[in-house]
Amino acid sequence: MFEHYLSLFIRAIFVENMALAFFLGMCTFLAVSKKVQTAIGLGIAVIVVLAITVPVNNLILSYLLTENALEWTGIEALSNLDLRFLGLLSYIGVIAALVQILEMTLDKYVPALYNALGIFLPLITVNCAILGASLFMVERDYTFNESVVFGFGAGVGWALAIVLLAAIREKLKYSDVPDGLKGLGITFIVVGLMSLGFMSFSGVQL
Amino acid sequence: MAEKKKDILFQPIFDNNPIALQILGICSALAVTTQLSTTLTMCVALTFVLVFSNLFVSVIRSAIPSSIRIIVQMTIIASLVIVVDQFLRAYAYDISRQLSVFVGLIITNCIVMGRAEAFAMKNPPGVSFLDGLGNAFGYSVVLIAVGFARELFGSGSLFGIEVMPLVTEGGWYYSNGLMLLPPSAFFLIGLFIWALRAWKPEQVEEEQFVMAPNSRTSDVY
Repeated sequence: MFEHYLSLFIRAIFVENMALAFFLGMCTFLAVSKKVQTAIGLGIAVIVVLAITVPVNNLILSYLLTENALEWTGIEALSNLDLRFLGLLSYIGVIAALVQILEMTLDKYVPALYNALGIFLPLITVNCAILGASLFMVERDYTFNESVVFGFGAGVGWALAIVLLAAIREKLKYSDVPDGLKGLGITFIVVGLMSLGFMSFSGVQL
Repeated sequence: MAEKKKDILFQPIFDNNPIALQILGICSALAVTTQLSTTLTMCVALTFVLVFSNLFVSVIRSAIPSSIRIIVQMTIIASLVIVVDQFLRAYAYDISRQLSVFVGLIITNCIVMGRAEAFAMKNPPGVSFLDGLGNAFGYSVVLIAVGFARELFGSGSLFGIEVMPLVTEGGWYYSNGLMLLPPSAFFLIGLFIWALRAWKPEQVEEEQFVMAPNSRTSDVY
C-alpha cells in the first residue's frame, strides 16, 4: 500500500510534472521566475494551497456532488441527485476562499513574503495548476488518501520546476541574447529544454 | 472615439498580444495545440467566455465591492465555462474528450481573469466587449499558428486531412515526433515571439545588465 502512494508521489513530481508536462500554471511560472527567492516563496504557497484544496475538493465531490452522494442526509428527494455539473463552480469557490485566507494570514504574519509575492498571490486563484490538479483528481477517480498524496506531490513538482527555472534565469540575464529573444522569448526556449529533460523521467516505474 | 474603439479591438492582436507580451493565457496555448481541430474549438470557446465575462463584469462593475471582486468575477467566469463545457459534451463529445480538463481550465485562463480585472472593472460595457474580442483574437492568432505548425510537421495533416503523406503509410514524409510532444510548443512560441519582436522592435525587453563593450563576441570579431 505504501509503495502505491510513494509511486503516485514520485509520478506527480517528475513524470507528470504540472508545469513541464501539462503546462499548468504557466503564466505565474514565467512571470515570477526572475529571482530564486521569490520563486521559493511562491513555490511554497502553491504547495500549501494544492495540498489543502485537492483533498477538500475530493471531499466535496464524494459527499456533495457525485451521483447519490447526498444519501447521507437521509432525505428522499436529495438522494438521487447528480450535481456533477456544478463541479467547476464549487472547486473554484473552494480555491478562491482558501487563497483569500492564505493571503490574509501572510499579510498578518509574514508581511515580507506578502510584499514579495505582490499581485501574484491573488493570481494563485487563477493558477491553472491548482484547478488543474483538482480536475485531474476528478478525472482519475482518486480516493481521499490518494488525493492528499497527489495534491502534495503536484505542488512539490511545480515548486521544483519554478525554482529550477529561476536559478537558470538568474544566470541567463548576464548572457548575450539576440534582441528579439530577450526576456520572454529565451525563457520559452529554456523551459522547452527543461521539459525535454523531464521527459527522460517518463519511463520511470516504481 | 471611433479611432479609439478600433485601437481597443486591434491593438491586442500584434501590438499588445496577450500571449507574447502580457504573459497571459499560456497554459492552454501549449496543451491543446497538437491538432488544429482542438485548437480551433479552444479558440472559439475562449472567445465566447472572454467576450461575455468582460461584458457582464463591466455591466455590474459599480455594484461589486472591491474586497470580494475576485470571487464575483470567478463566479461569472465559471458559470460561462460550465455552459461551454456542457455544450461541448452534448454536441462535440469527441473533441470534448480530447480537450479533457482544459475546457474547465478556461476558468483559470489568465486572459479572462486578467482582462476582467484590468479592463472590464474600469470601463463601460461596450468597449469592454470589444476589448474581450480583441484579446481573444490575439490569443487565437498565436494558437492557430502553433497548432498549424504542430499538426503539419507532427502528423503531416491539417484538420485531420492528409497533406504530406507519411512514410508509414507509403508516402514520403517522415513525421517529426517531437512536434507532438510538450517541448515543441515551448520552442514554437519562443520562435513566434522572436519573429514578432523582430517585426516590431519596440516590444524588445530592456537589458538588465549592460555588456562591457569588449566582452560581446559580436563586437570582437
